[in-house]
Amino acid sequence: MATPSIRSIVRKGVWEENPVIRQILGICSALAVTNLMTNTLIMGLGLVFTTAMSCATVSALRKVTPDRIRMMVQVLIIASYVMIVDIVLKAYLPKISEALGPYVGLIITNCIIMGRCEGFARTNPVWPAFVDGIASGTGYAVVLLMIASVRELLGFGSIFGFGVLPADWTRWTIMVMAPAGFFMIATFIWITRSLENRSKPQKA
Amino acid sequence: MESTLSAPVIFFASIFTNNILLANFLGMCSFLAISRELPSAVGLGIAVTFVMTCTTALNYVVYYYLLVPLDLVHFRFIVFIIVIAAFVQLVEMIIERFSPQLYVVLGVFLPLITVNCAILGVCLFMVIRNYNFLQSVAYGLGGGIGWLLAITALAGIREKIRKAPIPKALEGPGISLVIAGLMALSFMAFSGMIQIG
Repeated sequence: MATPSIRSIVRKGVWEENPVIRQILGICSALAVTNLMTNTLIMGLGLVFTTAMSCATVSALRKVTPDRIRMMVQVLIIASYVMIVDIVLKAYLPKISEALGPYVGLIITNCIIMGRCEGFARTNPVWPAFVDGIASGTGYAVVLLMIASVRELLGFGSIFGFGVLPADWTRWTIMVMAPAGFFMIATFIWITRSLENRSKPQKA
Repeated sequence: MESTLSAPVIFFASIFTNNILLANFLGMCSFLAISRELPSAVGLGIAVTFVMTCTTALNYVVYYYLLVPLDLVHFRFIVFIIVIAAFVQLVEMIIERFSPQLYVVLGVFLPLITVNCAILGVCLFMVIRNYNFLQSVAYGLGGGIGWLLAITALAGIREKIRKAPIPKALEGPGISLVIAGLMALSFMAFSGMIQIG
């Protein structure tokens, strides 16, 4: 199999096969951290780092990993990188680390990373695997930021913690609570799928 | 600083007010994928409840009697995931050996459980909230039952709406998320009862 070009990998990861809205992967953290944009951004960056590095490592080890225990190896690789992210966050951004709580650790079980490792990194060389990890992670982070921007704007009247709406703005408290997270993702899926159906109406 | 809530309070809170799925969004992936039919949803729910209770207890012991004394708390992610994976593997082998019938029902779900974020999530919450052993077990059991309740309800609703006219773009995961949102709304009605951190 020819190695796909870097450009097509990026386009696929960010848009065509966007992990959140196309494949419905990694929803757990997508819902939990998206009520504040700052937290979302940090989470996104952590995920990009973890995905890219794990994909590269899995790919580097792909010839020496026995097939039977590859899941275990992948999980351990991912867990090691998540540990690095966790320690760095604790050292430099203790407030955000506390706000994210267990969700940093839950990057380990984020299906996006496992999915990319299984589906791409296991059969491709290191460099494309690394780029693929960055692309998928970015696709995830972008969708999360979009969802977070709506939720924070309507829920707190601010963006990245700066108030942008007038002070007498009635806060939609529901937007920062659990149900709104479900509704926002459903709406996003609805919008993107409608756009897709319109652009190619004769879909088989 | 130890949590002062009693174990039964934590148990009920983790089922209703702090439902692991509807309030903390954990275990969404398998929640959406396996909720098409009622029997398999219930099967997965039971398996999750069982594994969650046992691994929470196991991880509690490992964390407080191994990692804390050795000053290795940063390794908890790796250790927790290994404990979970090993336990799931063990359960799978035991069930296969002693109860082939149960294996047919639950066997297919067991590998899925290793990567179910709800299990790891409960273990991490347990550490963050400083629960003692009894509280942790109550939290694990309650979280599992809460998850079982949520996935059973979703599967039931999805079976009912199978023939409903849903907008094309919203079919599948979209409508499931809307249902989950409505369920989360109705579970919020419980929130006046008990509150945990």
